[in-house]
Amino acid sequence: MQSRRQKRLFAVLLVIGLLTGAVAAMLYALQQNIDLFYTPSQLVEGLGKDKIKPQPGQRLRIGGMVVPGSVQRDPDSLKVSFDLVDTGPVVTVTFEGILPDLFREGQGIVAQGTLVDQTTIAATEVLAKHDEEYMPPEVAEALKGIRHVPPSQLQQKNSDAKPAEGRY
Amino acid sequence: MFKWLHPYAKPETVYHLCGRLYPWLMALAVLLLLLGNIWGLAFTPPDYQQGDSYRIIHIHVPSAIMSMGTYSAMAIAAFTALVWQVKVAQWSVLALAPVGAVYTAIALITGMAWGKPMWGTWWVWDARLTSELILLFLYLGVIALSGAFSDRQTGAKAASLLAVIGVINLPVIHFSVEWWNTLHQGASITKFAKPSIDPSMLWPLLISILAFKILMLALLCLRLRNAILQNEQHRPWVKALAGGH
Repeated sequence: MQSRRQKRLFAVLLVIGLLTGAVAAMLYALQQNIDLFYTPSQLVEGLGKDKIKPQPGQRLRIGGMVVPGSVQRDPDSLKVSFDLVDTGPVVTVTFEGILPDLFREGQGIVAQGTLVDQTTIAATEVLAKHDEEYMPPEVAEALKGIRHVPPSQLQQKNSDAKPAEGRY
Repeated sequence: MFKWLHPYAKPETVYHLCGRLYPWLMALAVLLLLLGNIWGLAFTPPDYQQGDSYRIIHIHVPSAIMSMGTYSAMAIAAFTALVWQVKVAQWSVLALAPVGAVYTAIALITGMAWGKPMWGTWWVWDARLTSELILLFLYLGVIALSGAFSDRQTGAKAASLLAVIGVINLPVIHFSVEWWNTLHQGASITKFAKPSIDPSMLWPLLISILAFKILMLALLCLRLRNAILQNEQHRPWVKALAGGH
């Protein structure tokens, strides 16, 4: 025999179950659109099963790691260009403006802009992405060999003799 | 199986239980909050990448965790209220909603303040940030819905139903950083893996998380006592209480 309490229990569980299904189906269908950015491989090889490639002129975001040694700054303006990579292809980003403090070679970044050709993006905004690792500078130095030096001390060290290993 | 729980469905019992628990919980919460936050904000070493800016983690992460924790508690209370029609559970939903809403707001505001110097932007519509904002709207919806009907009982029922349905958002928030590309980084503390945060920074963080949790329980006791008195004001035991002192 079903009591009223049991009926209510089943009704509430049914509502939760149906809604979970609906939300799961929606999120699955929108999967590609919820991603904040393309990775360089997705940009070059196409996205998803259909291998849809974004067209030149399209506004998009690209996220990847700044390739060490690829950052080129124009000495007379704020123009800068750098390469991004994830696992395979390399994509070039050009940007004019002030980069975030965390921007450096080897850092993950997300850039928003227009696709110029298949592997070049003219960015209007560059954001830095950081990972979930937090540690004191001494631990990072011992563990990763990274010495992060604030910009104010960097110049001083540079003028001393050897360039500091702050990775800018 | 749950026979031992039955006495706690009686408002009078819960009122006195909350009254006994409240001073202890509040004292403990204040103590841990001071300890965790002063240790975390002033005495931990700076981060190798982010310098001193990362310290806001000691407020951001506890409030974000408890924004979801409070929602789970509220949803369980709402489920109990809907199925077993326990009045105390019903009042707990309304007692918890503003607490959770404030935790969510704190998480969003501190997150924005952290995002500006580190990411370079106050806000970005990535999956984590958007789903946390939806959580705030769910809390506000529960609060608004409970007051939207002239019949209090109907309003409370509608609010409970919304609270239960909104539970779907919790796994979305939690896994958003794994399912999709987001600007927000992944979790630093997980149950199964070694935390990717240095022990010198982890301990004050864990203390702050515990402090936010106990503060939530203390506020629940306080608000639930008020709700019980308000709803039972014509009962003999409340009248005896008011006249007795």
